[in-house]
Amino acid sequence: MAVANVSSHDVEHHEHEHHDNFITKYIFSTDHKMIGKQFLVTGIFWALIGGFLSIVFRLQLGFPDMNLEFLRPIFGGWIDNTGKLDPNFYLALVTMHGTIMVFFVLTAGLSGTFSNFLIPLQIGARDMASGFMNMLSYWFFFLSSVVMFCSLFLEKGPAGGGWVVYPPLSALEQAIPGSGLGMTLWLVAMTFFIVSSLLGGINYITTVINLRTKGMSFARLPLTIWAFFLTAIIGLLSFPVLFSAALLLVFDRSFGTSFYLSDIYIGGEALPNTGGSAVLYQHLFWFLGHPEVYIVLLPALGITSEIIATNSRKPIFGYKAMIISMLGITILSFVVWAHHMFVSGMNPFLGSIFMFLTLIIAVPSAVKVFNYLTTLWRGNLRFTPGMLFSIGLVSVFISGGLTGIFLGNSAIDIQLHDTYFVVAHFHLVMGSASFFGLVAGVYHWFPKMFGRMMDEKLGHIHFWLTFVGIYMVFFPMHYIGIAGFPRRYYTWTEFAFSDMYTDLNMFVSAAAIITFAAQMILVFNFFYSMFFGRKASLNPWRSNTLEWTTPLHPQHGNWPGEIPSVYRWPYDYSKPGSKEDFIPQTIPLSATPESNLPHEEKLVNLEKEIIAEEGQILVANETKEES
Amino acid sequence: MYGLLIAIGIVLLLSVIWMVYRIQALISVAKGSSKKIATTSNKVNAILMMVFLVGCTILMVWYSIKEFDNYQLPVASEHGVITDQLFWVTMAVTGFIFVLTHILLFWFGYRYQYDDNKRAAYYPDNNKLEIIWTLVPAVVLTVLVFTGWRAWKDITAPAPEDAHVVEIMGYQFAWEIRYPGKDNVLGDYDYRLINANNSRGIDFTDKNSFDDFPSQQVVIPKGEPVLFKIRARDVLHSVFAPHMRLKMDAVPGMPTRFWFVPTKTTTEMRAELGDDEFEYEIACTEVCGRGHFSMRRVITVLEPDEYREWVSEQESFIKRNPDLISDLPSDLKELAEIYINESK
Repeated sequence: MAVANVSSHDVEHHEHEHHDNFITKYIFSTDHKMIGKQFLVTGIFWALIGGFLSIVFRLQLGFPDMNLEFLRPIFGGWIDNTGKLDPNFYLALVTMHGTIMVFFVLTAGLSGTFSNFLIPLQIGARDMASGFMNMLSYWFFFLSSVVMFCSLFLEKGPAGGGWVVYPPLSALEQAIPGSGLGMTLWLVAMTFFIVSSLLGGINYITTVINLRTKGMSFARLPLTIWAFFLTAIIGLLSFPVLFSAALLLVFDRSFGTSFYLSDIYIGGEALPNTGGSAVLYQHLFWFLGHPEVYIVLLPALGITSEIIATNSRKPIFGYKAMIISMLGITILSFVVWAHHMFVSGMNPFLGSIFMFLTLIIAVPSAVKVFNYLTTLWRGNLRFTPGMLFSIGLVSVFISGGLTGIFLGNSAIDIQLHDTYFVVAHFHLVMGSASFFGLVAGVYHWFPKMFGRMMDEKLGHIHFWLTFVGIYMVFFPMHYIGIAGFPRRYYTWTEFAFSDMYTDLNMFVSAAAIITFAAQMILVFNFFYSMFFGRKASLNPWRSNTLEWTTPLHPQHGNWPGEIPSVYRWPYDYSKPGSKEDFIPQTIPLSATPESNLPHEEKLVNLEKEIIAEEGQILVANETKEES
Repeated sequence: MYGLLIAIGIVLLLSVIWMVYRIQALISVAKGSSKKIATTSNKVNAILMMVFLVGCTILMVWYSIKEFDNYQLPVASEHGVITDQLFWVTMAVTGFIFVLTHILLFWFGYRYQYDDNKRAAYYPDNNKLEIIWTLVPAVVLTVLVFTGWRAWKDITAPAPEDAHVVEIMGYQFAWEIRYPGKDNVLGDYDYRLINANNSRGIDFTDKNSFDDFPSQQVVIPKGEPVLFKIRARDVLHSVFAPHMRLKMDAVPGMPTRFWFVPTKTTTEMRAELGDDEFEYEIACTEVCGRGHFSMRRVITVLEPDEYREWVSEQESFIKRNPDLISDLPSDLKELAEIYINESK
């Protein structure tokens, strides 16, 4: 087990840590907490843009006759003379909404924020294994963001082939204007993004393995850390495959190769490319694309586990089962990718294999849900905004997860593939669930981030508007999907079978606008509370984990003195016999004889030895200092 | 002027909200509720959970029943009946779990709201329970998957030999349809042969192409197997015939296929739905560019004898446009001319 090196030099060093100027503290910071906040603020910025884009195309879908002239100051020529959205630009909006939300908000904004912020604080480390790499990770993400943001303003528009950017559409500029410079910038931005993810991921993994404080065994890690750890492993193994897919696409686009292109006649000429396979790209893409779903979901589930346990005042039910199911999800996430491709033309035998593998992954997800429910059972629930969003997450995770059973079944998927049923499914299970996890995390750890509380009442209002709003947006989409409405359609009136549900689409659009507007409550609450919120107490949620043992405003290095040792798991809530309904991880078992369980009595002796050993180190340090 | 008024209105509204927010915050400080572990708002949230549960259940049940005929598309293929059945069985199973878990979730939320005098149960694990709720979903899923797999295996099995072949080629932004003619074999094609006269790139040096003919609609017979041979000319497309429960991507450079047996003629379906204008349709479901939303083709299902009559009335490519064979080597050209004369 790793033991953090607590030398006197370290302590001394941190007492003099007040020389940060503005640039090293807020911009090129190597402090994991500041980097986490940088990811969060950038993520909020992207979430607002991504959300705004979705509102624009929801206007088109819900109110097709609406005059969008008022958007001309922003979109210029993309609003045509009759005040309508250009169909090419509609596709660009859909594409950028997907790209931004999946990668920039729910991957960087969620994993980037909370892995950075919480891993050192919860495992008891001074910082990440490499603060510099961590800083690079943010700045590559920033660079990627700048490039992607610029692509929004190109004359021919940003990439427009859907967030999956399937070639040949994404490879041929003749096919859609967005496949010109817009697509080039998309690929450049994604390359930087992948670099950022890998730098971050390597750091998270190294830190969790090597820098855990004394006593923090893997079996005592909070589930948040387990989730971030496994997420980083998934990212590390799958993002390079996306990079290879992107690289081959760059070759096809710019250097005349034929990895994905074959037998194409477009714009009045036959292209020379033969022998490529468009399906190859889909395999490569989904080899990242499916694990990506769990990259955005697992951190949210980890955050939820922690928040639900804390606010139920109960240990998380089935701690080991939770870890095993997350491990199961991690491994299985790599062998289910082709369920996105049942009707892509690949061999139907492969479809059979992937159908079986896909439905296996539903089992660990089901176990997690039952464990959450049992954690709530006979709890003493406190509905903080974080808790409400966690309960909301469980709800949308169930709703969206169950529809996955339809889509994972290839026979049923024939009809539902690429309809609004799919849109409803992944927006609930991956989009909303991860977003709820992100927001729950913000509400829960805001006091640690900024030393102040967010307003609770505003949080409640925000939750109920968002929760009801999300269901009003995505639940009706199931009906629309069962009716066969295809995705990424500018309008459905061209077909008799889909020339209906204008009322329902109008309802969805109105609900989307209200839900988006409700997010302004969060934005206000976040920035206002950052400066004027009520001062937080040291442990406002009466939580067990290590981050609440730091000072209100932890400096670089987190703990002013020694890093605390850990003597128990993080979920000793409402333990019979103890006076308080929580026992932080730093309290030795020997200090709580009244509440120890039989098997813990044996550990008490072991613990005494460790404490004695620690005492010796302290004495040794002091003598060193004196000499 | 209106803009200014609206702006003033918004500013006033925001300042009212702001005042309410500040007053509320100050009152809570004055009451010292920030020091309490749970305030009345805890109770309000607990009650709202029950309201949400009951309200949404009523809404869902009401709308699902009211709209059933709208979202349930009529089905007109043999395998479609099976996949629909699978769909509704899965709906029953997942619907039950959906309702059950949500009742538990929100009921627990209400029932176990914070109470100063109570203490939560210390209940960290129970392996028996974990095993039960690992095995039960596993068994249920296995059954669902197995039935799905059997249907999938049949649907994707090779088409019967006597299946009527129809070629559907996607391009930006429409479908082109080709029939193999009497021999039921499509002539070869090569994308390099595509030009203004030969939009499908048919290779007329292949004798099988002589009797191939185009059509504006997909016309197929009821009760007999039909094989769609699907390809794309430029980018990915996807053939989606919602009433046939049929979907298959069209991939440039990689021909795909889907076979099925239609069960109702267009006329029968019109009578059943009481809609004289009903048509079966094909749409595109793989994003392909600006006109993605408008790639419509009509499928007409006829009685088998009507279908044969229709086929016999169609004129082949080379008959419609004899220029197509002008470049052929002389022996093939002769054969083609004989074919044209014979079919007159």
